[in-house]
Amino acid sequence: MSMLIKTLLIGFCLLHSVSCFAQDNYQKLGKKADGLSQQAQWNLTILPSGDNLPKGGGTAVQGAKLFAVKCAGCHGPEGIGASAEPLVGEVGSLTSDYPEKTVNSYWRNPTTLFDYIRRAMPTNAPFSLTHDEIYALCAYIFNKDDIFLNNVELNQETLPKVTMPNHSGFVAIYPSQNQQNIKDQP
Amino acid sequence: MTDSTTTNRRQFLKQASLGGVLAGTMSLPVWASQTKAEFPDTLPEWMRKPGDNFSNYGQPSPYEQQVIRWISANPEAPGNGVSWTPLHDLQGTITPNGLHYERHHNGVPQIDPAQHILLIDGLVQQPLSFDISSLLRYPMVSRTCFIECGGNSNSGWKNNPIQSKAGYAHGLVSNAEWTGVPVKLLFEEAGIKSAAKWVIAEGADAAALNVSIPLEKLLDDAILALYQNGERLRPENGYPLRLVLPGWEGILNVKWLRQLRLVEQPAMTRDETAQYTELQNDGRARQFTFVMDVKSLITSPSLGMVLPDNPGIYQVSGLAWSGRGKITRVEISSDGGQTWHDATLHDPVLDRAFTRFSLPWHWQGHPAVLQSRASDETGAVQPSRSALIEQRGRHGFFHYNAIISWEITESGDINHVYAD
Repeated sequence: MSMLIKTLLIGFCLLHSVSCFAQDNYQKLGKKADGLSQQAQWNLTILPSGDNLPKGGGTAVQGAKLFAVKCAGCHGPEGIGASAEPLVGEVGSLTSDYPEKTVNSYWRNPTTLFDYIRRAMPTNAPFSLTHDEIYALCAYIFNKDDIFLNNVELNQETLPKVTMPNHSGFVAIYPSQNQQNIKDQP
Repeated sequence: MTDSTTTNRRQFLKQASLGGVLAGTMSLPVWASQTKAEFPDTLPEWMRKPGDNFSNYGQPSPYEQQVIRWISANPEAPGNGVSWTPLHDLQGTITPNGLHYERHHNGVPQIDPAQHILLIDGLVQQPLSFDISSLLRYPMVSRTCFIECGGNSNSGWKNNPIQSKAGYAHGLVSNAEWTGVPVKLLFEEAGIKSAAKWVIAEGADAAALNVSIPLEKLLDDAILALYQNGERLRPENGYPLRLVLPGWEGILNVKWLRQLRLVEQPAMTRDETAQYTELQNDGRARQFTFVMDVKSLITSPSLGMVLPDNPGIYQVSGLAWSGRGKITRVEISSDGGQTWHDATLHDPVLDRAFTRFSLPWHWQGHPAVLQSRASDETGAVQPSRSALIEQRGRHGFFHYNAIISWEITESGDINHVYAD
């Protein structure tokens, strides 16, 4: 190999390697997902506006029967007092010495209950309830504290309109995120 | 050339081993003739016989079997609960992966990475999905930081001090090096629409846990973590993919991450309204309290240990951390907060990470109350318990960061007390 060819070869290699490391830092590997994004299993979160609430409906009367079968084992026959968190009662207890944070005493938005039951309940079989059943269970729980009427259908129209007793009970700390300012030190 | 080098080396090794055999043969009669070994009893057993074989994945010494996470779960729903890091048994600042604290809402999913994707959608120019093998090809960053459950130390709100070991009352916090892809990179690839302000993150566990996170934080320093202390995430820490938000409440560091949806307003999910909010005395609740405030804990001496020498010199050692930045100072008191002394901060002192502190203490043998008080670079000082309760009431449950006190009795036993 002549010296000239060697020099050219080395020069080419250097140039080539420099260009390899000087261009884009990485390859964009995301796949277009417009279709996926529309599918029900990728639209689980229900917004306070009711966005994403599915079709269907149920009443408190229907919910009472379901509750006894699907929920009472952990939440107690009346929705309070068993191994799982209390769901009903205690409305107005938040300023007392023994506040109880039940769905009806503490939760902010009615949509949260549908969202949470659908994704996480019952714990031994998430995603096993039908949408009609979830609406009925929500209606039953709300009705226990007269937040929703007994024989009216809870559905994608009526559910977002339910007013939770503690709806205005939350103070957003973000975005202020003030430095913790507790002064008692010398 | 390569071949001849190999041959030469082989020949050399052959000759060398032959020499070794010869030398051994020659020396054999000398020691074989001895009837008694030189060190029959004075060397330990493990020096007089070959040790165990190699292992594919190392385990702690069998003599360290008591160093475990303490599990506290609902017996009726064993997948819902926590396990506590044994901070009192550890030193340094890095939490071993098998001891990182856990909080699961419905068990640990065993996710096949080949079937897992991350979907980024909502207010973006182009919804995108990423599989794990693609994410592994992106440029990665590493960040050592603590993750602390919002409910850590919550027994502190109760009237009587809990008599649990340091880690089993305050160990819903751990510190690890997390490595992965900056969230910002993937959001830029999808194209952020100007209306986007919040992001709903969702996990692929059997609670499909969802929370809303300000977009601003995700663009700042959030990592899509794939590695934990150098190895791929443990299943209980989100394998194959989790969010890491340095300094922010544990619940937001969503494990088993499957979706990030950009939206205008928070979704008001269960875990940002019914849970992880702090009820105050006036009946109103603090919500979106994301940052974990400055805190410290003496890990040694602490409850469960006994001081053997009275009087004696002991190394008071512990951990300090703040979700707002670096720890700048830790003071230690041995008289229940009447006098304070600066502890040594051990390098490295990292932003939003565990900092180890220590101070030698000459115990005179009298009853004493050991406390630590941390400050961070924003000027925040860890509050006393009474000051924290004065401001927040006692029904908040989350974000308890008050000074922790250990009472040393005359006999050298240690109790958890409320000293202020």
